[in-house]
Amino acid sequence: MKLLEGTGVTKHFGGLAAVSKVDFHVEQGEALGLIGPNGAGKTTLFNVISAALPLKSGQIRFKGRNITGLKPHQICRLGVARTFQSVKIFNHMPVLANVILGSYYGTSSRMSSADAAREAAALVDFVGLSALQALPAKDLTLANQKRLEVARALATKPELLMLDELMAGLTHTEVGEAMELVTRIRERGITIIMIEHVMTAIMSVCERIMVLHHGAKIAEGTPKQIATSKEVIEVYLGE
Amino acid sequence: MDMSALTSRKFVVSGLLILILFAFLVTLPLSFPGYTIVLFSTIFMYVILTLGWVMFSGPTGYISLATAAFFGVGVYTSAIIGIALPLPLVIAIGGAASFCLALLVGALTLRLRGTYFIMFTFGLVELILHFVLWWEVTITGTTGRMVPTVGNTTVYYLMLILFVFLLLTAYLIKRSRRGLALQSIGEYEDAAAHTGVNVTMVKVTTFAISAFFMGAAGAIMATRWTYIDPKIAFNPLLSFMPVVMAIFGGMGQLYGPVIGAALLTYLEQFLITRFPYYYMLIFGIIMLVVILYLPEGLAGLIQKLWQRTFGRKHEVT
Repeated sequence: MKLLEGTGVTKHFGGLAAVSKVDFHVEQGEALGLIGPNGAGKTTLFNVISAALPLKSGQIRFKGRNITGLKPHQICRLGVARTFQSVKIFNHMPVLANVILGSYYGTSSRMSSADAAREAAALVDFVGLSALQALPAKDLTLANQKRLEVARALATKPELLMLDELMAGLTHTEVGEAMELVTRIRERGITIIMIEHVMTAIMSVCERIMVLHHGAKIAEGTPKQIATSKEVIEVYLGE
Repeated sequence: MDMSALTSRKFVVSGLLILILFAFLVTLPLSFPGYTIVLFSTIFMYVILTLGWVMFSGPTGYISLATAAFFGVGVYTSAIIGIALPLPLVIAIGGAASFCLALLVGALTLRLRGTYFIMFTFGLVELILHFVLWWEVTITGTTGRMVPTVGNTTVYYLMLILFVFLLLTAYLIKRSRRGLALQSIGEYEDAAAHTGVNVTMVKVTTFAISAFFMGAAGAIMATRWTYIDPKIAFNPLLSFMPVVMAIFGGMGQLYGPVIGAALLTYLEQFLITRFPYYYMLIFGIIMLVVILYLPEGLAGLIQKLWQRTFGRKHEVT
Protein backbone atom coordinates (compact mmCIF):
# COMPACT_ATOMS: atom_id res chain seq x y z
CA MET A 1 0.00 0.00 0.00
CA LYS A 2 1.18 3.48 -0.78
CA LEU A 3 1.47 5.37 2.50
CA LEU A 4 2.56 8.65 0.99
CA GLU A 5 2.24 9.69 -2.60
CA GLY A 6 3.16 12.92 -4.36
CA THR A 7 2.27 13.85 -7.92
CA GLY A 8 3.79 16.75 -9.83
CA VAL A 9 5.12 18.27 -6.62
CA THR A 10 6.58 21.68 -7.43
CA LYS A 11 8.04 24.43 -5.27
CA HIS A 12 9.65 27.63 -6.53
CA PHE A 13 11.81 30.12 -4.66
CA GLY A 14 11.44 33.22 -6.79
CA GLY A 15 12.42 32.06 -10.25
CA LEU A 16 14.29 29.02 -8.99
CA ALA A 17 12.53 25.67 -9.12
CA ALA A 18 13.67 24.09 -5.85
CA VAL A 19 11.49 21.06 -6.47
CA SER A 20 10.10 20.57 -9.93
CA LYS A 21 7.30 18.17 -10.96
CA VAL A 22 8.49 15.38 -8.71
CA ASP A 23 6.40 12.21 -8.52
CA PHE A 24 7.20 9.99 -5.59
CA HIS A 25 5.68 7.46 -3.26
CA VAL A 26 6.55 5.57 -0.12
CA GLU A 27 5.25 2.09 0.56
CA GLN A 28 3.91 1.18 3.99
CA GLY A 29 6.75 -0.20 6.11
CA GLU A 30 9.47 0.78 3.69
CA ALA A 31 12.61 2.84 4.23
CA LEU A 32 13.13 5.27 1.39
CA GLY A 33 16.45 7.06 1.02
CA LEU A 34 16.59 10.53 -0.49
CA ILE A 35 19.95 11.60 -1.86
CA GLY A 36 21.36 14.24 -4.12
CA PRO A 37 24.03 16.95 -4.14
CA ASN A 38 23.65 20.06 -1.97
CA GLY A 39 20.80 22.24 -3.18
CA ALA A 40 19.09 19.37 -4.94
CA GLY A 41 15.81 20.07 -3.16
CA LYS A 42 15.78 17.23 -0.63
CA THR A 43 15.00 19.33 2.43
CA THR A 44 12.57 21.43 0.39
CA LEU A 45 10.70 18.23 -0.41
CA PHE A 46 10.52 17.47 3.34
CA ASN A 47 9.32 21.00 3.93
CA VAL A 48 6.47 20.76 1.47
CA ILE A 49 5.41 17.31 2.72
CA SER A 50 5.33 18.55 6.32
CA ALA A 51 3.68 21.83 5.19
CA ALA A 52 6.50 24.04 6.45
CA LEU A 53 6.28 25.50 2.94
CA PRO A 54 3.22 25.71 0.69
CA LEU A 55 3.23 23.87 -2.64
CA LYS A 56 3.19 25.80 -5.88
CA SER A 57 1.49 22.97 -7.69
CA GLY A 58 0.99 19.26 -7.40
CA GLN A 59 -0.66 17.11 -4.80
CA ILE A 60 0.44 15.09 -1.78
CA ARG A 61 -1.66 12.23 -0.45
CA PHE A 62 -1.19 10.42 2.85
CA LYS A 63 -3.03 7.12 3.25
CA GLY A 64 -5.08 8.08 0.22
CA ARG A 65 -6.14 11.39 1.72
CA ASN A 66 -5.18 14.66 0.08
CA ILE A 67 -3.12 16.55 2.65
CA THR A 68 -2.11 19.45 0.41
CA GLY A 69 -2.88 22.76 2.08
CA LEU A 70 -3.08 21.44 5.65
CA LYS A 71 -1.18 23.16 8.48
CA PRO A 72 2.02 21.63 9.92
CA HIS A 73 0.36 20.60 13.19
CA GLN A 74 -2.46 18.90 11.29
CA ILE A 75 0.02 16.93 9.18
CA CYS A 76 1.83 15.94 12.35
CA ARG A 77 -1.37 14.76 14.03
CA LEU A 78 -2.27 12.68 10.97
CA GLY A 79 0.92 10.71 11.54
CA VAL A 80 3.77 12.36 9.66
CA ALA A 81 6.68 13.38 11.90
CA ARG A 82 10.02 14.91 11.00
CA THR A 83 13.40 15.95 12.30
CA PHE A 84 15.46 18.90 11.14
CA GLN A 85 18.73 19.18 9.27
CA SER A 86 19.96 21.67 11.85
CA VAL A 87 18.72 20.24 15.14
CA LYS A 88 15.76 22.15 16.55
CA ILE A 89 15.28 20.83 20.04
CA PHE A 90 13.92 23.04 22.81
CA ASN A 91 17.23 23.95 24.38
CA HIS A 92 16.06 25.34 27.69
CA MET A 93 13.57 22.60 28.40
CA PRO A 94 14.62 19.35 30.07
CA VAL A 95 15.14 16.38 27.76
CA LEU A 96 11.99 14.67 29.04
CA ALA A 97 9.85 17.81 28.57
CA ASN A 98 10.92 17.99 24.91
CA VAL A 99 9.41 14.57 24.36
CA ILE A 100 6.33 15.18 26.56
CA LEU A 101 5.39 18.05 24.25
CA GLY A 102 5.11 15.52 21.43
CA SER A 103 2.94 13.23 23.57
CA TYR A 104 0.64 16.11 24.53
CA TYR A 105 0.18 17.64 21.12
CA GLY A 106 1.23 15.09 18.52
CA THR A 107 -2.06 13.21 18.26
CA SER A 108 -5.69 14.22 18.03
CA SER A 109 -6.61 12.43 21.24
CA ARG A 110 -5.96 14.12 24.56
CA MET A 111 -3.57 12.33 26.87
CA SER A 112 -3.39 12.73 30.65
CA SER A 113 -0.17 14.25 31.93
CA ALA A 114 0.71 11.06 33.82
CA ASP A 115 0.32 8.97 30.66
CA ALA A 116 2.27 11.51 28.62
CA ALA A 117 5.13 11.49 31.13
CA ARG A 118 5.21 7.70 31.19
CA GLU A 119 5.14 7.41 27.42
CA ALA A 120 7.80 10.10 27.00
CA ALA A 121 10.05 8.39 29.55
CA ALA A 122 9.73 5.14 27.60
CA LEU A 123 10.73 6.91 24.38
CA VAL A 124 13.65 8.68 26.03
CA ASP A 125 14.75 5.24 27.14
CA PHE A 126 14.18 3.85 23.63
CA VAL A 127 16.67 6.34 22.15
CA GLY A 128 19.06 5.70 25.05
CA LEU A 129 18.87 9.00 26.90
CA SER A 130 17.16 8.00 30.14
CA ALA A 131 20.22 8.82 32.22
CA LEU A 132 20.13 12.37 30.83
CA GLN A 133 16.39 13.04 30.92
CA ALA A 134 16.48 15.79 33.54
CA LEU A 135 19.22 17.81 31.81
CA PRO A 136 18.39 20.89 29.76
CA ALA A 137 18.44 19.71 26.15
CA LYS A 138 21.19 22.18 25.23
CA ASP A 139 23.67 20.29 27.42
CA LEU A 140 23.52 17.16 25.23
CA THR A 141 26.11 16.25 22.62
CA LEU A 142 25.11 16.67 18.98
CA ALA A 143 24.53 12.93 18.57
CA ASN A 144 22.29 12.88 21.63
CA GLN A 145 20.44 16.02 20.53
CA LYS A 146 19.63 14.24 17.30
CA ARG A 147 18.41 11.21 19.23
CA LEU A 148 16.26 13.50 21.35
CA GLU A 149 14.76 15.01 18.23
CA VAL A 150 13.91 11.50 17.05
CA ALA A 151 12.29 10.71 20.41
CA ARG A 152 10.23 13.91 20.21
CA ALA A 153 9.10 12.96 16.71
CA LEU A 154 8.22 9.42 17.84
CA ALA A 155 6.14 10.84 20.69
CA THR A 156 3.69 12.14 18.10
CA LYS A 157 3.03 8.48 17.16
CA PRO A 158 3.91 8.79 13.49
CA GLU A 159 3.27 6.23 10.80
CA LEU A 160 5.79 8.03 8.65
CA LEU A 161 9.00 9.50 10.02
CA MET A 162 11.13 11.85 7.93
CA LEU A 163 14.75 12.02 9.05
CA ASP A 164 16.75 14.92 7.67
CA GLU A 165 20.45 14.07 7.84
CA LEU A 166 20.30 12.17 11.09
CA MET A 167 23.94 11.16 10.70
CA ALA A 168 25.54 14.40 9.52
CA GLY A 169 28.28 15.57 11.84
CA LEU A 170 28.42 12.32 13.81
CA THR A 171 31.52 10.25 14.50
CA HIS A 172 31.92 6.83 12.95
CA THR A 173 30.72 5.08 16.10
CA GLU A 174 27.77 7.42 16.44
CA VAL A 175 26.76 6.75 12.82
CA GLY A 176 26.66 3.05 13.66
CA GLU A 177 24.47 3.74 16.68
CA ALA A 178 22.17 5.95 14.62
CA MET A 179 21.78 3.20 12.01
CA GLU A 180 20.90 0.77 14.74
CA LEU A 181 18.31 3.25 16.04
CA VAL A 182 16.73 3.55 12.58
CA THR A 183 16.48 -0.22 12.37
CA ARG A 184 14.74 -0.38 15.74
CA ILE A 185 12.32 2.35 14.68
CA ARG A 186 11.46 0.31 11.61
CA GLU A 187 10.82 -2.72 13.81
CA ARG A 188 8.05 -0.67 15.40
CA GLY A 189 6.32 -0.64 12.02
CA ILE A 190 7.17 2.97 11.25
CA THR A 191 7.80 3.90 7.63
CA ILE A 192 10.85 6.06 7.02
CA ILE A 193 12.09 8.59 4.49
CA MET A 194 15.63 9.66 5.18
CA ILE A 195 17.86 12.28 3.65
CA GLU A 196 21.46 11.29 4.08
CA HIS A 197 24.92 12.03 2.78
CA VAL A 198 26.51 9.09 4.55
CA MET A 199 26.28 6.63 1.65
CA THR A 200 27.17 3.46 3.51
CA ALA A 201 24.38 4.19 5.96
CA ILE A 202 21.74 4.87 3.35
CA MET A 203 22.80 1.90 1.23
CA SER A 204 22.47 -0.54 4.10
CA VAL A 205 19.34 0.87 5.77
CA CYS A 206 17.11 1.71 2.79
CA GLU A 207 15.32 -0.64 0.44
CA ARG A 208 14.82 2.02 -2.16
CA ILE A 209 16.59 5.24 -3.01
CA MET A 210 15.41 8.31 -4.87
CA VAL A 211 17.92 10.76 -6.33
CA LEU A 212 17.17 14.45 -6.75
CA HIS A 213 19.25 16.86 -8.79
CA HIS A 214 18.38 20.52 -9.41
CA GLY A 215 14.92 19.85 -8.00
CA ALA A 216 14.11 17.02 -10.38
CA LYS A 217 14.03 13.29 -9.80
CA ILE A 218 16.78 11.75 -11.89
CA ALA A 219 16.84 8.19 -10.62
CA GLU A 220 15.03 5.77 -8.37
CA GLY A 221 15.73 2.17 -7.48
CA THR A 222 17.36 -0.30 -5.15
CA PRO A 223 20.67 0.73 -3.54
CA LYS A 224 22.48 -1.55 -6.00
CA GLN A 225 20.79 0.02 -9.03
CA ILE A 226 21.57 3.50 -7.74
CA ALA A 227 25.19 2.67 -6.99
CA THR A 228 25.71 1.52 -10.54
CA SER A 229 23.57 4.12 -12.29
CA LYS A 230 25.62 6.10 -14.78
CA GLU A 231 23.48 9.18 -14.37
CA VAL A 232 23.85 9.24 -10.59
CA ILE A 233 27.59 8.81 -10.75
CA GLU A 234 27.81 11.68 -13.23
CA VAL A 235 25.83 13.95 -10.92
CA TYR A 236 28.06 13.17 -7.98
CA LEU A 237 31.45 12.98 -9.65
CA GLY A 238 31.02 15.06 -12.81
CA GLU A 239 31.32 13.71 -16.33
CA MET B 1 15.63 11.34 51.80
CA ASP B 2 17.76 14.35 52.59
CA MET B 3 16.58 15.88 49.34
CA SER B 4 12.85 15.43 50.02
CA ALA B 5 13.29 16.90 53.50
CA LEU B 6 14.88 19.96 51.92
CA THR B 7 12.11 20.19 49.33
CA SER B 8 9.35 20.05 51.92
CA ARG B 9 11.17 22.64 54.05
CA LYS B 10 11.38 24.83 50.99
CA PHE B 11 7.63 24.46 50.37
CA VAL B 12 6.81 25.27 53.97
CA VAL B 13 8.97 28.40 53.89
CA SER B 14 7.56 29.70 50.60
CA GLY B 15 4.01 28.75 51.59
CA LEU B 16 4.36 30.66 54.86
CA LEU B 17 5.81 33.68 53.08
CA ILE B 18 2.88 33.79 50.66
CA LEU B 19 0.37 33.37 53.49
CA ILE B 20 1.88 36.19 55.55
CA LEU B 21 2.00 38.42 52.49
CA PHE B 22 -1.67 37.86 51.70
CA ALA B 23 -2.76 38.32 55.30
CA PHE B 24 -0.89 41.63 55.23
CA LEU B 25 -2.46 42.69 51.93
CA VAL B 26 -6.00 41.78 52.99
CA THR B 27 -5.78 43.69 56.27
CA LEU B 28 -3.76 46.61 54.94
CA PRO B 29 -6.65 49.10 54.47
CA LEU B 30 -7.65 48.63 58.12
CA SER B 31 -4.40 49.89 59.56
CA PHE B 32 -2.78 52.15 56.96
CA PRO B 33 -3.60 55.69 55.85
CA GLY B 34 -5.36 56.49 52.60
CA TYR B 35 -2.11 57.36 50.86
CA THR B 36 -0.78 53.82 51.33
CA ILE B 37 -3.99 52.35 49.98
CA VAL B 38 -3.74 54.50 46.86
CA LEU B 39 -0.05 53.65 46.45
CA PHE B 40 -0.82 49.95 46.70
CA SER B 41 -3.58 50.23 44.10
CA THR B 42 -1.03 51.77 41.75
CA ILE B 43 1.41 48.99 42.59
CA PHE B 44 -1.28 46.40 41.84
CA MET B 45 -1.98 48.09 38.54
CA TYR B 46 1.63 47.77 37.42
CA VAL B 47 1.96 44.27 38.85
CA ILE B 48 -1.12 43.13 36.92
CA LEU B 49 0.07 44.75 33.67
CA THR B 50 3.54 43.26 34.09
CA LEU B 51 2.42 39.79 35.04
CA GLY B 52 -0.16 39.83 32.26
CA TRP B 53 2.55 40.85 29.84
CA VAL B 54 4.98 38.18 31.05
CA MET B 55 2.30 35.51 30.79
CA PHE B 56 2.45 35.79 26.99
CA SER B 57 5.67 37.58 26.08
CA GLY B 58 7.87 35.82 28.66
CA PRO B 59 7.83 32.29 27.26
CA THR B 60 7.13 33.12 23.61
CA GLY B 61 9.59 35.98 23.17
CA TYR B 62 6.99 37.99 21.26
CA ILE B 63 7.57 41.46 22.72
CA SER B 64 4.16 43.12 22.77
CA LEU B 65 3.86 46.87 23.24
CA ALA B 66 0.07 46.74 23.04
CA THR B 67 -0.41 46.76 26.81
CA ALA B 68 -1.59 50.39 26.83
CA ALA B 69 -4.16 49.60 24.13
CA PHE B 70 -5.74 46.78 26.12
CA PHE B 71 -5.59 48.80 29.33
CA GLY B 72 -7.15 51.81 27.62
CA VAL B 73 -10.00 49.77 26.17
CA GLY B 74 -10.81 48.71 29.73
CA VAL B 75 -10.66 52.33 30.91
CA TYR B 76 -13.04 53.44 28.19
CA THR B 77 -15.42 50.55 28.80
CA SER B 78 -15.66 51.71 32.39
CA ALA B 79 -16.20 55.31 31.32
CA ILE B 80 -18.93 54.46 28.81
CA ILE B 81 -20.99 51.83 30.65
CA GLY B 82 -19.82 52.48 34.24
CA ILE B 83 -22.94 54.41 35.22
CA ALA B 84 -25.42 51.95 33.82
CA LEU B 85 -24.13 48.63 35.19
CA PRO B 86 -22.79 47.17 38.46
CA LEU B 87 -19.02 47.46 38.77
CA PRO B 88 -18.06 43.72 38.71
CA LEU B 89 -19.94 43.41 35.43
CA VAL B 90 -18.24 46.53 34.07
CA ILE B 91 -14.84 45.06 34.95
CA ALA B 92 -15.71 41.76 33.27
CA ILE B 93 -16.92 43.57 30.15
CA GLY B 94 -13.78 45.73 30.10
CA GLY B 95 -11.66 42.59 30.23
CA ALA B 96 -13.79 40.88 27.60
CA ALA B 97 -13.52 43.86 25.25
CA SER B 98 -9.71 43.72 25.48
CA PHE B 99 -9.85 39.95 25.09
CA CYS B 100 -11.76 40.32 21.82
CA LEU B 101 -9.47 43.07 20.56
CA ALA B 102 -6.47 40.85 21.32
CA LEU B 103 -8.03 37.93 19.45
CA LEU B 104 -8.48 40.12 16.41
CA VAL B 105 -5.08 41.78 16.59
CA GLY B 106 -3.39 38.50 17.44
CA ALA B 107 -4.88 36.69 14.47
CA LEU B 108 -3.67 39.50 12.20
CA THR B 109 -0.20 40.10 13.61
CA LEU B 110 1.13 37.07 15.43
CA ARG B 111 2.60 35.79 12.19
CA LEU B 112 4.98 38.73 12.37
CA ARG B 113 8.15 38.11 14.30
CA GLY B 114 10.70 40.25 16.07
CA THR B 115 10.80 43.95 15.33
CA TYR B 116 7.76 43.89 13.07
CA PHE B 117 5.56 42.53 15.80
CA ILE B 118 6.91 45.05 18.32
CA MET B 119 6.31 47.96 15.95
CA PHE B 120 2.82 46.80 15.02
CA THR B 121 1.70 46.38 18.61
CA PHE B 122 3.01 49.82 19.45
CA GLY B 123 1.33 51.24 16.38
CA LEU B 124 -1.91 49.74 17.64
CA VAL B 125 -1.74 51.90 20.78
CA GLU B 126 -1.27 55.06 18.73
CA LEU B 127 -3.94 54.02 16.26
CA ILE B 128 -6.59 53.43 18.92
CA LEU B 129 -5.55 56.55 20.83
CA HIS B 130 -6.01 58.76 17.81
CA PHE B 131 -9.15 56.98 16.68
CA VAL B 132 -10.79 57.50 20.09
CA LEU B 133 -9.57 61.08 20.15
CA TRP B 134 -11.08 61.71 16.72
CA TRP B 135 -14.31 59.98 17.70
CA GLU B 136 -14.68 61.97 20.90
CA VAL B 137 -13.96 65.29 19.25
CA THR B 138 -16.05 64.88 16.10
CA ILE B 139 -18.85 62.55 17.17
CA THR B 140 -19.29 63.01 20.91
CA GLY B 141 -18.06 66.59 20.97
CA THR B 142 -15.83 66.26 24.06
CA THR B 143 -12.30 65.10 24.77
CA GLY B 144 -12.66 63.66 28.25
CA ARG B 145 -15.24 61.74 30.23
CA MET B 146 -16.19 61.50 33.85
CA VAL B 147 -16.14 58.09 35.51
CA PRO B 148 -18.28 57.30 38.59
CA THR B 149 -16.01 56.75 41.60
CA VAL B 150 -16.27 53.95 44.12
CA GLY B 151 -13.79 54.91 46.83
CA ASN B 152 -10.14 54.04 47.34
CA THR B 153 -10.66 50.99 49.54
CA THR B 154 -13.00 49.38 47.02
CA VAL B 155 -10.49 50.00 44.24
CA TYR B 156 -7.79 48.46 46.42
CA TYR B 157 -9.76 45.29 47.09
CA LEU B 158 -10.86 44.95 43.47
CA MET B 159 -7.25 45.21 42.32
CA LEU B 160 -6.19 42.69 44.97
CA ILE B 161 -8.84 40.21 43.80
CA LEU B 162 -7.85 40.70 40.16
CA PHE B 163 -4.19 40.21 41.10
CA VAL B 164 -4.90 36.93 42.92
CA PHE B 165 -7.02 35.76 40.01
CA LEU B 166 -4.24 36.63 37.55
CA LEU B 167 -1.55 35.00 39.68
CA LEU B 168 -3.54 31.77 39.79
CA THR B 169 -4.16 31.87 36.04
CA ALA B 170 -0.51 32.57 35.28
CA TYR B 171 0.59 29.77 37.61
CA LEU B 172 -1.82 27.26 36.10
CA ILE B 173 -0.82 28.18 32.55
CA LYS B 174 2.86 27.94 33.37
CA ARG B 175 2.39 24.47 34.84
CA SER B 176 0.04 23.23 32.13
CA ARG B 177 0.60 21.75 28.68
CA ARG B 178 -0.16 25.21 27.29
CA GLY B 179 2.79 26.56 29.26
CA LEU B 180 5.04 23.93 27.71
CA ALA B 181 3.71 24.79 24.24
CA LEU B 182 4.33 28.51 24.81
CA GLN B 183 7.90 27.80 25.82
CA SER B 184 8.47 25.61 22.77
CA ILE B 185 7.10 28.40 20.56
CA GLY B 186 9.63 30.76 22.11
CA GLU B 187 12.48 28.40 21.29
CA TYR B 188 11.61 27.04 17.83
CA GLU B 189 8.18 27.91 16.61
CA ASP B 190 8.41 25.70 13.52
CA ALA B 191 9.61 22.71 15.51
CA ALA B 192 6.66 23.24 17.88
CA ALA B 193 4.26 23.26 14.92
CA HIS B 194 5.79 20.08 13.49
CA THR B 195 5.38 18.46 16.91
CA GLY B 196 1.64 19.02 16.66
CA VAL B 197 1.21 22.34 18.47
CA ASN B 198 -1.40 24.57 16.84
CA VAL B 199 0.92 27.53 17.30
CA THR B 200 -1.47 30.20 16.00
CA MET B 201 -4.24 29.04 18.33
CA VAL B 202 -2.00 28.82 21.40
CA LYS B 203 -0.43 32.23 20.73
CA VAL B 204 -3.63 34.10 19.96
CA THR B 205 -5.65 32.70 22.87
CA THR B 206 -2.86 33.28 25.40
CA PHE B 207 -2.38 36.81 24.09
CA ALA B 208 -6.12 37.36 24.59
CA ILE B 209 -6.13 35.91 28.12
CA SER B 210 -3.31 38.28 29.08
CA ALA B 211 -5.23 41.18 27.48
CA PHE B 212 -8.30 40.31 29.57
CA PHE B 213 -6.42 41.14 32.76
CA MET B 214 -5.01 44.35 31.31
CA GLY B 215 -8.49 45.47 30.29
CA ALA B 216 -10.01 44.53 33.64
CA ALA B 217 -7.27 46.51 35.42
CA GLY B 218 -8.07 49.49 33.21
CA ALA B 219 -11.77 49.25 34.03
CA ILE B 220 -10.99 49.34 37.76
CA MET B 221 -8.39 52.11 37.60
CA ALA B 222 -10.74 54.36 35.61
CA THR B 223 -13.00 54.60 38.65
CA ARG B 224 -10.10 55.96 40.68
CA TRP B 225 -9.12 58.60 38.17
CA THR B 226 -12.67 60.04 37.91
CA TYR B 227 -11.70 61.98 34.78
CA ILE B 228 -10.18 60.26 31.76
CA ASP B 229 -9.31 61.24 28.22
CA PRO B 230 -7.62 59.26 25.41
CA LYS B 231 -4.14 60.43 26.39
CA ILE B 232 -4.58 59.21 29.94
CA ALA B 233 -6.25 55.93 28.98
CA PHE B 234 -3.85 55.02 26.16
CA ASN B 235 -0.68 56.41 27.73
CA PRO B 236 2.20 54.73 25.81
CA LEU B 237 4.24 54.64 29.02
CA LEU B 238 1.91 51.85 30.15
CA SER B 239 3.22 49.77 27.26
CA PHE B 240 6.87 50.28 28.16
CA MET B 241 6.74 50.06 31.93
CA PRO B 242 5.66 46.39 32.08
CA VAL B 243 8.61 45.45 29.85
CA VAL B 244 11.04 47.37 32.04
CA MET B 245 9.53 45.97 35.21
CA ALA B 246 9.61 42.42 33.89
CA ILE B 247 13.29 42.74 33.00
CA PHE B 248 14.00 44.30 36.38
CA GLY B 249 12.23 41.52 38.25
CA GLY B 250 13.31 38.65 36.02
CA MET B 251 10.99 36.47 33.98
CA GLY B 252 12.16 32.99 34.96
CA GLN B 253 9.82 32.76 37.94
CA LEU B 254 6.34 34.19 38.43
CA TYR B 255 7.36 36.17 41.50
CA GLY B 256 10.00 37.99 39.42
CA PRO B 257 7.61 40.29 37.55
CA VAL B 258 5.58 40.79 40.75
CA ILE B 259 8.59 41.94 42.75
CA GLY B 260 9.96 43.94 39.83
CA ALA B 261 6.72 45.83 39.28
CA ALA B 262 6.10 46.40 42.99
CA LEU B 263 9.61 47.69 43.70
CA LEU B 264 9.86 49.89 40.63
CA THR B 265 6.45 51.45 41.25
CA TYR B 266 7.42 52.21 44.82
CA LEU B 267 10.79 53.51 43.70
CA GLU B 268 9.16 55.72 41.10
CA GLN B 269 6.78 57.23 43.65
CA PHE B 270 9.62 57.71 46.11
CA LEU B 271 11.95 59.33 43.57
CA ILE B 272 9.22 61.57 42.13
CA THR B 273 8.56 63.12 45.53
CA ARG B 274 12.22 63.39 46.57
CA PHE B 275 13.93 64.23 43.29
CA PRO B 276 11.24 65.56 40.95
CA TYR B 277 13.84 66.73 38.41
CA TYR B 278 16.27 63.83 38.47
CA TYR B 279 14.03 60.87 39.08
CA MET B 280 14.07 59.65 35.46
CA LEU B 281 17.85 59.88 35.45
CA ILE B 282 18.18 57.84 38.65
CA PHE B 283 15.60 55.41 37.34
CA GLY B 284 17.63 54.95 34.16
CA ILE B 285 20.84 54.30 36.06
CA ILE B 286 19.16 51.65 38.19
CA MET B 287 17.85 49.94 35.04
CA LEU B 288 21.30 49.96 33.45
CA VAL B 289 22.86 48.39 36.51
CA VAL B 290 20.22 45.67 36.63
CA ILE B 291 20.52 44.82 32.94
CA LEU B 292 24.32 44.74 33.10
CA TYR B 293 24.79 42.89 36.37
CA LEU B 294 21.55 40.98 36.92
CA PRO B 295 20.59 39.57 33.52
CA GLU B 296 18.10 37.25 35.21
CA GLY B 297 16.63 40.14 37.17
CA LEU B 298 15.88 40.21 40.87
CA ALA B 299 14.33 36.75 40.68
CA GLY B 300 17.66 35.40 39.46
CA LEU B 301 19.40 37.03 42.40
CA ILE B 302 16.84 35.67 44.87
CA GLN B 303 17.23 32.21 43.41
CA LYS B 304 20.97 32.34 43.88
CA LEU B 305 20.58 33.34 47.52
CA TRP B 306 17.88 30.73 47.96
CA GLN B 307 20.16 28.06 46.56
CA ARG B 308 22.87 29.06 48.93
CA THR B 309 20.44 28.75 51.86
CA PHE B 310 18.88 25.47 50.84
CA GLY B 311 21.79 24.06 48.90
CA ARG B 312 19.72 22.62 46.07
CA LYS B 313 19.15 23.86 42.60
CA HIS B 314 15.66 25.19 41.98
CA GLU B 315 13.86 23.03 39.50
CA VAL B 316 13.60 24.77 36.18
CA THR B 317 10.31 24.18 34.45
